[in-house]
This record gives sequence, structure tokens and C-alpha cells, in this order.
Amino acid sequence: MITTKSVGKKRRRTLEAGIVIGLILFLLFIAPLLLTDFRLGLLGRFLALAIVALGVDLIWGYTGLLSLGQGIFFALGGYAFAMHLQLNLAGDGIPEFFGLYGVSELPWFWQPFYSLPVTLIAIVVLPGIVAGLLGYLVFRNRIRGVYFSILTQAMLVVFFNFFNGQQKLINGTNGLTTDTTLLFGQQVGSDRMQFVFYVATVIVLALTYGLCRWLTRGRFGRLLIAIRDDENRLRFSGYNPAMFKVLVFAVAGGIAGAAGALYTVQSSGITPQYMSVAFSIEMVIWVAVGGRATLGGAVLGALVVNWAQALLSEQFPEVWLFFQGALFLLVVTVLPKGIVGWFRDDAVRQIRDLLGIQPQLNTYPDLELDPDVKREQRELAGK
Amino acid sequence: MTRINRRKFLVYGSTAVGTSILLKACGGTSDTTGGTTAPAEGEATTASAGGGGDTIKVGILHSLSGTMAISETTVVDAEELAIKEINAAGGVLGKQIEIVKEDGASDWDTFAEKAEKLIDQDQVSVVFGCWTSASRKKVLPVFEAKDHMLWYPVQYEGQECSKNIFYTGAAPNQQIEPAVDWLLENKGKDFFLVGSDYVFPRTANNIIKEQLKAKGGTTVGEDYLPLGNTEVTPIITKIKAALPDGGVIFNSLNGDSNVAFFKQLKGAGMGPDKYPVMSVSIAEEEVRTIGPDFLKGHYAAWNYFQTVESPENEKWVSDFKAEYGDDRVTNDPMEAAYIMVYLWSQAVEKAGSTDIAAVREAAYGQTFDAPGGTVTMNPNHHISKIVRIGEIREDGLFDIVSATDGPVTPIPWNQFVEDTKGYACDWSDPAKGGKYKEA
Amino acid sequence: MLDGLINGIFNGISIGAVLLIVALGLAIVFGLMGVINLAHGELMMLGAYTTYVVQNGFKSFGDGAQDFYILAALPLSFLVAALVGLALERSVIRLLYGRPLETLLATWGVSLILQQFVRSVSWAMTFGLLVVCLLLFGGRAALSKLANLGPRQKLANFVVLVLSAGIGVTLGRSLNGNDALAKPWFSARNVDVTAPSWLQDSISVTDTLSFPAARLFIIALTIICLVGTFWFLNKSAWGLRIRAVTQNRDMSACLGIPTKRVDALTFALGSGLAGIAGCAVTLLGSVGPNLGSNYIVDAFMVVVVGGVGKLVGSIVAALIIGIVSYILGSGTLVLMLPSSEAIQPLIDTATFFATTSMAKVLVFALIIAFLQVKPAGLFPQKGRSVEV
Repeated sequence: MITTKSVGKKRRRTLEAGIVIGLILFLLFIAPLLLTDFRLGLLGRFLALAIVALGVDLIWGYTGLLSLGQGIFFALGGYAFAMHLQLNLAGDGIPEFFGLYGVSELPWFWQPFYSLPVTLIAIVVLPGIVAGLLGYLVFRNRIRGVYFSILTQAMLVVFFNFFNGQQKLINGTNGLTTDTTLLFGQQVGSDRMQFVFYVATVIVLALTYGLCRWLTRGRFGRLLIAIRDDENRLRFSGYNPAMFKVLVFAVAGGIAGAAGALYTVQSSGITPQYMSVAFSIEMVIWVAVGGRATLGGAVLGALVVNWAQALLSEQFPEVWLFFQGALFLLVVTVLPKGIVGWFRDDAVRQIRDLLGIQPQLNTYPDLELDPDVKREQRELAGK
Repeated sequence: MTRINRRKFLVYGSTAVGTSILLKACGGTSDTTGGTTAPAEGEATTASAGGGGDTIKVGILHSLSGTMAISETTVVDAEELAIKEINAAGGVLGKQIEIVKEDGASDWDTFAEKAEKLIDQDQVSVVFGCWTSASRKKVLPVFEAKDHMLWYPVQYEGQECSKNIFYTGAAPNQQIEPAVDWLLENKGKDFFLVGSDYVFPRTANNIIKEQLKAKGGTTVGEDYLPLGNTEVTPIITKIKAALPDGGVIFNSLNGDSNVAFFKQLKGAGMGPDKYPVMSVSIAEEEVRTIGPDFLKGHYAAWNYFQTVESPENEKWVSDFKAEYGDDRVTNDPMEAAYIMVYLWSQAVEKAGSTDIAAVREAAYGQTFDAPGGTVTMNPNHHISKIVRIGEIREDGLFDIVSATDGPVTPIPWNQFVEDTKGYACDWSDPAKGGKYKEA
Repeated sequence: MLDGLINGIFNGISIGAVLLIVALGLAIVFGLMGVINLAHGELMMLGAYTTYVVQNGFKSFGDGAQDFYILAALPLSFLVAALVGLALERSVIRLLYGRPLETLLATWGVSLILQQFVRSVSWAMTFGLLVVCLLLFGGRAALSKLANLGPRQKLANFVVLVLSAGIGVTLGRSLNGNDALAKPWFSARNVDVTAPSWLQDSISVTDTLSFPAARLFIIALTIICLVGTFWFLNKSAWGLRIRAVTQNRDMSACLGIPTKRVDALTFALGSGLAGIAGCAVTLLGSVGPNLGSNYIVDAFMVVVVGGVGKLVGSIVAALIIGIVSYILGSGTLVLMLPSSEAIQPLIDTATFFATTSMAKVLVFALIIAFLQVKPAGLFPQKGRSVEV
């Protein structure tokens, strides 16, 4: 029994690695040839969003923490990168927008972003630290479930209003544009650099996938799932769930930061809008659509939802919100396990059910599976 | 160009992994798609790039959903009316104009995304669009990077002069500055500045503060309301504290918050006799939704009011009502949107093609007998137009209490702000460009 | 000085009253049922649009009637929002009890649909929807009556769904060709709700002290709603059942309380209160499709700070949040501090936060800080459960 299981596990792992590598190769070599510049740019941005979806899946799908504030960390990563690019452009002076508000001296917190290595580290570490800190405050008090969700939303509002209101520090509503800035002497908005960022996004996505797979496998992964399923029992077993939650929340924050930086440079800049309430909820929706607690589902969901959104809003600019709203409703009520979960668990049975084909079973290992019992239940429910 | 880079990348990448087959297989495809006429995959695009085919494609990029839909859908109506009229009169260069409409969804990112889509995918000849400064700032790099053309119909804070944007709304010296001058002359020297918390009010108030300093007025206070916020009690308290005996309120709140502001201003017993409010974002459309009861006696500064008396305006208003219903009103941004479609079509006629550079050249000096008076496109991409101050009447329209004698020349770089003093913009002269020091 | 103080307290209370009336329905739905209803704001919006329709109806009666439309609009807003809430509960929420995080996502979808609905609703669309509903439910009923399909029932239902949706959409689209039918009722633009003239002005007490009538009206309305809700929950038979189900669903069901009907009723009540709140806020602000989204986060804050499941908590929380945000936002704090060198940094900080935007930041930050001290809110529900 054990041996067959481990062999199966190994085989599944090789299969997964194979699929992932295949997809990477496809995205790097085939996709650029199939898609127009515009569509490829879109794909790059959606892949960046898929990275943040992986983070959301890590904390929600596996650990059961529904954060409605991932936008904070996403935007922090984006701001970090955009600040560096702005400073690059300004050279010895200060970024142009400061002049409009009568600021002549660079605010102190801009200083570290002169250096590229510091920026690159800050993109991941800064949101991670902020997430860890916020997480510590929240989890220490055993705030969880919906309270955690609402609290993260409140934090999002705090950050949004702060960034939005501070023209003199970070250019307020306008945010920081990146398209005309320079990186390695190249214009960020140029097609060439955009392609570089596309490649970088694919690589970071693959790395993040690997990181999440590594985290969710084995002991740590089982602990996360235990926190999701029954935190009290875990605590009674002598673990301190708070520290695990802080850790995983910080990791998800760092992932969101990396995603935010990649997204920012591919969409010509960052504004406080990245911290709008709706955007953070959408991140959760992607994971729900794809299937939570499946890493592939998170990526798939982010791509499918965003692609559908882009196409639908092109075709039906006036009514596409209907489709979006209906999609959420449908996923939650009809496909609670998401696309991947549905395929894995229910697809065959449900289609057979829909067509009215009786499952071919000779014995019924479980009373629940007995078609007679089932019919009786249905009839009772009907009354 | 990208194709080449990508192919290069492909070459290196493929040799590295030793898959030369892949290279051969794809070499052919990349060559054929390398041209300029690559329509979208799977899109039902009938006409090809911009000027080719039987129609000329133009993009309309406004928010059809979200917070800004309230305002932006009205300018879409005006743009569509102008295009319909031009088409009925035979189109441009003998071709009909075809509209590609995109929804910016009040989300600045979506604006950038859709701008790219209109340019790359639909290959439109021009884009009419945007309302908020934030959305314009977000699409600006897209238009500059692709050297394309955006026409922007809304009054804004200035301090910008892009080669790729034509601004048909008012520059600050065509709306804000005359309004402040008029207030100083007629209403008082103490100003309280109220605005929504985004770039236009903040920059506009910066300009006003400098202007007041230069002309002997005082700013007694300022406050900003987050977009969409309707709780204005604290601001009203502040105004009362700062101006106990009355004074001028300069208001650059956007649509939604205005409603709350005026309703509660009246509720607090602060009427236009003691606290006249000068608004720069309230036009006929907004007056209707706020309710004229609350606004009667307050002021607004614009280039156009529905009550302008001219044959052009009478015709336009009646055409508009015939198209969209008798209960509709016209306003300044709609007029600017209407103007810009005509100016663009005239420029295309003059240039003889839809080529971006040629149209840009041809646009300078174009004039149009607009409903609000004759306008002229300047080499600084802004238009000269008349400035008017209106007082709100009971029926929701404006009594024009002051108007300039002739069109005012636009000044995009503000002369009251230290950083931009002495700068100007002239795109007709390659040596000067977007921001040069005037001699 | 005294006037200033009274004014300050009054203004704080009036901000609190708006928060409270908005949060009241949420406190019931979230507090008693554990359902996170992100569409609460959109139910408010429906109440506000009802007010708009009622106002236009009264306009046709002439000027005298115009002054009293609000009295008719209040119950109607309650009714409309409650009915929509009921439909929502029966169709979606019912499936999701015990899964609060999923209700959050589903109601977010609902809120998007409702927002777009008021933007694009027209006669053509209404007809189309009616046809879909008629065909769908009629077809299903007919199928189950006429033919015994056995296991193929589901497939048949699915086919009926697809067919009726197809017919309805086609019909709606073809009707769209007719301009009169295709014209949106409200469109995306804001609509104009003008308060009755007796609510537009202020009531002067002394020369320097005056209260806006609309504010007084909202405070009174909030008190009435509170008293009504208290009475309903504590004195009426259904209120007793609601409380019983809240405390122990299974035991209540065993004792013969129809828990499903209780759920539906509770949700409808909460939604109806949202409708009243929507009607009330038309006196203050604009009426547009986004009306609700401006209030929803604040309302959740009130409920969480007050302690879930306790109406008293929500009352106290709303008042505190109202007064604090008024004091911060209006700069009163800066004026109250004595100007001396020693506390200059403090004054600078207070000034920094004395704008409306920054006051909001500070208030929310204070709320988060407060929840550090009392994670379960001001009035936590006591129990021996290990769950917090």
C-alpha cells in the first residue's frame, strides 16, 4: 500500500514538473509568436496577476485566511519599483512632479531607492515585513474568519486614503508613471523592455509556483491545512498557530509585492487605485474561480477571469459587469471548488447525473452512495 | 522591431536548448506577421489600419461604468452626435467614420489597457477620450510611446503639453484664473478652497493660492474630500470658523461630493449672499442632479453655457435634444467634445490623410464656429476660446454675468507657479517643443 | 464656546446617526445571521432610487404634495429593499449558510449586478427578464407536473433554463430596437432627489446656534428605527424566534421553529432597514449607482467595533466613530490644544490629520488599534465557546 502510494506520488510529481516546464517553454517561445503585441502585453500583466493569486491561494486556499487587503502589498511592491525608476529618470535632480507641489527636497524614504539591488530586495521584503507586522497584530489577538477579512479591508482603506492624499510625498492620485523612465539605459515603455518584463514575469511566476508547492507540501503544508480546518484542535495539540499564520501571511505579502512590481512596469505605472476595495476582492475571486487549495487553479483562475474580462468589456462595454457579477455568483453557488476542483472531483459524476445515467456500481461502500437512498433523499427534500 | 527582438531571443533561446526545428517552423510565421497590418487574432475586424478601407476608425475611450460614468457618458453622447453629423454630411475624405467604443470603467489602468487596444488592435486613426486627469496621465505615456493622438475634452489643471494630446477643454488661464479675478473684483478677498482629493483640485488650488498671493487676496483655508465621500460636516464647520462673516468659497469638488456639499451648505444656513461659491466642475448636467434649489445664486466659470446666445448654439442645442430627448441639457465638456471631433475632421481633410504627423501639423490654426463662439487650435495644442462666468438660475441654467470680449489664448504652463514661470509650449516648431523657456 | 461645544457634539452625533442607520441593517444580517452582505450598500441604493421614483410620482400631484413625498418614500423604500433582500436570500444566500466567506464573494457579485442593473434597466430589459422568469418557472412547474422524467429531470431543467434564457435575451434585444423601450430608466448618470422644502433649511435656536433640518430628521429617523428594531426583536413573537435561532439553530429547529422562514425574515428585515437608510441619505448626498459602495466599509467598521450580535454595541460605536471623525476632520483638536513650544510636534501631527482625507486614515487606524485591545469589539458576546 505504502509503496504504491509513494510511487504514485512520485509519478504525479514528475508529471506536474513536466507540465510546468512545458507551459513555461510555451509561454516563452510559442506565445510571443502567436499573439499580437497588445495581446502579449495583456498576457504578461495577467501572468503578473497570477503571481498574486498564488499568494492569495496560499493564505486563503490552504490556510483559510481570507485577506481582502492583498492590494496593499501589491501596491507597495509596485511603488517601490516605480520610485526607483522615477529616481533613475530624474538623475541628480528630483522627480518632476515634486516641483508642481513646491517640494524641493527629496523625502527621506525615497533615498534608499536610488540603488537597484536595494529596490529589488525591497519589492519583496518591504511588503513582506508590513504583512508580517499587520498579521502579528491581528493573529496575536486570535482575530480570524470574517473579522480578519473585514479588518484587512479596513487596512486597505487606510493605505488607500493615505497614498491618495499625499501629493507631496508620492504624487497622490496620479501615482507614478513608469513608461518613460529608464532601466539599464532602456526606456521601460519600449517594446523591447516590455518583452524583457514579460520573460521576467514568466520566470517569477514559475519560481513562485515552486515556492508555494514546496511550502504546501510536507509538514508545513499539512500544518497550514490543519489551521484552516480546525485551528483549535491544532492549538490543543501544542502548536502556536499564530506564528505560522504570521509567516504565511508575510510570504503571501512578499509574493504580492513581486507581482505588483511586475504588473506596474507592464501597465505604465502605479496609482493608489491598485488599493481599491474592488481590486483586492477580485484577487480572491480569481482563486475561487480557478479552485482554491490547488495552485494550478489559482493561476488558471487569474488568467481565465482577466482574459474573459478583457474580451467581454471589449465586446459589450456597457453590460460586462453583469457577466462579471454572474460569474462570481455562479462559481460560489454551482462550482464551490472552482474549475480545477470541479474537474478533479465532480465533473464526471455531475455530467452523468445531469444526463440521468445511473452510476455503475455493484456494491455500495457507503450508504450515501446508494442510488435508492439518494432518490429517497431527493424525494424527501422535494416534499 | 519587437518582432526582431523576439526572434533574436527565440534564436538564442532555441539554439541553447537545441531545438532548431522550432526556429524553422516559426520563422515563416513571424515574417508574415512582421508587417504593420496584423489584425487581431480571431477579431472580426473588417476594415484595416486607420485610413485604409471604406471607413475611418476612431476610438472613443470614456468610462461607461463606475463613478465617472455619470459625467463621461454625456461627452460620449456629444462625440457620437458630431460623428453622426459628419457622416451624414459625407464623412471625412469621402469615407464614413466608424466608432470603436471602449469602457475605461473609471479605472485608470483600464484606460491605459484600452488605449493600447484601440491603437494596436483596432488601429484607429485617433482617440477621443478621458475625463479625469488621472486617466489622462495614465494613457499619456501610451500615446507618446506609440506616437499616436488623443483628443481630450475636459477643463484641467494645465502644467502639461504633450505632443500627442490635443486639449479642447479650458487651460487654467481660461477658467480658474479669470474666475478668481472676477471674484476678487466683485465678491471679496478672503477665499476658502474646497476640492476633491485628486490631482485637478490640488493643482488648481496651488495655482489659486499663488494667484491670490500675487493679487492681494488671502487663502483662509483649504480642505479635500476623498472621492465619493458625502460627509461634509467637518468642512462646513471649518469654513464657518475661517470665514465667520462670510467670504468666497472656491469649489473644485467633483460631481458626487458636490451634491452633498451644496445640500449641507444650505442646511447650515450658508447662502450665496454671504458665502458665494464659485465652482469649476459644476455645469448644467450637475446642476440638474444637485437640484437648482440648492444652487440658486451661486456661480460657475466655464467657456460655454447652454444659455449662450448664438445661432450656432441654438442649432446645436435643438439638434442635441432631438437626438437624445428634450429633458437633456448641454454643457461645457460636451461642447468641447463636440468641437474636438470637428476640429479633428477638418485637420484630416486638410492633411488629406489620417497620418498622425500630417493631421497634427494640419490641426494648428484650425478654426471652428462652435456653439460657444469661434475657437482656434493653437500650436500649443490648446484652443483659444471665450471665458464666461454664470450665475445659477431657478430653472437650472445659467445667467451669464461676465464674458471676455474675445477668445482667450491658452497658457498651459502656469505663470503664477514658480516652477513653470516663463515656460511655454509650441509644437509647430521642432526646436521649441513641449516646454521651452520664453525669451 | 458653549455654542461651539454643542455644535460639535451635535455634528458628531449627526455623523454617527448616518453611520448607525446604515449599519443597523448590517448589524442584524451580519450580527444575527453571520452573513457578510456586501450588497448591503446596493440595497441602500435601491431604497434611494425608490425615493427618486416616489418623488417624481408626487411631482405630478402638484406642489403641495411634493413636500410630503418623503413620508411615502420611507415605507416604500423599506418594502422594495426588503423584497429584493428576500429574493436574494431565497435564491443565493440560502445555499451558503455556515460559509460566511463564500457569502462575501457571492454578495459582491450581486452588488455588481445590482449596480449595473440600475444603470441599464429599461422597459426592453424588464420585459426580457419577465419572459425569462415566466418561461423558466412555468416550464419547470409544467415539467414536474406533466411528465415524470425520473433521473433525467435535471437535464430537462437545464434545457428549460437555456431555452428560456435564450428566448428572453433575444426578445430583449429585439425590443431594444425600439427607442422608447430601450431608453434606460435611470441611466448611469446621477438622478436628482430634492429634499422637501421643510428639510432644506436649518432650525435656529439662538443667533449662533442652528441645526440643519435634514440632520435632525435623520437623527429622529434613526431613533425610530432603533426603537422599532428593539421592540421587534425583544417583544414580538418573531423576534423571539429570531433570537432563538441566533443562539442555537439546531435546538430551535427541534423545538419546531421554522428556521428557514426565520432566516428569510431576518434577512428581509435587515435589507429593508438598508432601504430606509438609502432613503435617508438622499437628504444629504447624491443618488447614483455607486451610492452604496461609499458607505459599506464604514458600516462594517461600526458593526465590528461595536461587537457582533449586539445592537447596543453598534449604537455606541457609531456615535464614537462619528464624534471622533468630526473632531479630527474639522480641526477642532488643533484649536483645543494650547499653543506652546513643548507640544508643537503634537500640534503639527494634529494639523497633518486635520483634513477630511487624513482624518479618515486616522479613524481607521484607531479602529485597528482599538481592536488590538478588544478584539471582539466594545460589547463582546459572552459564551463558553472556544471560538472567539
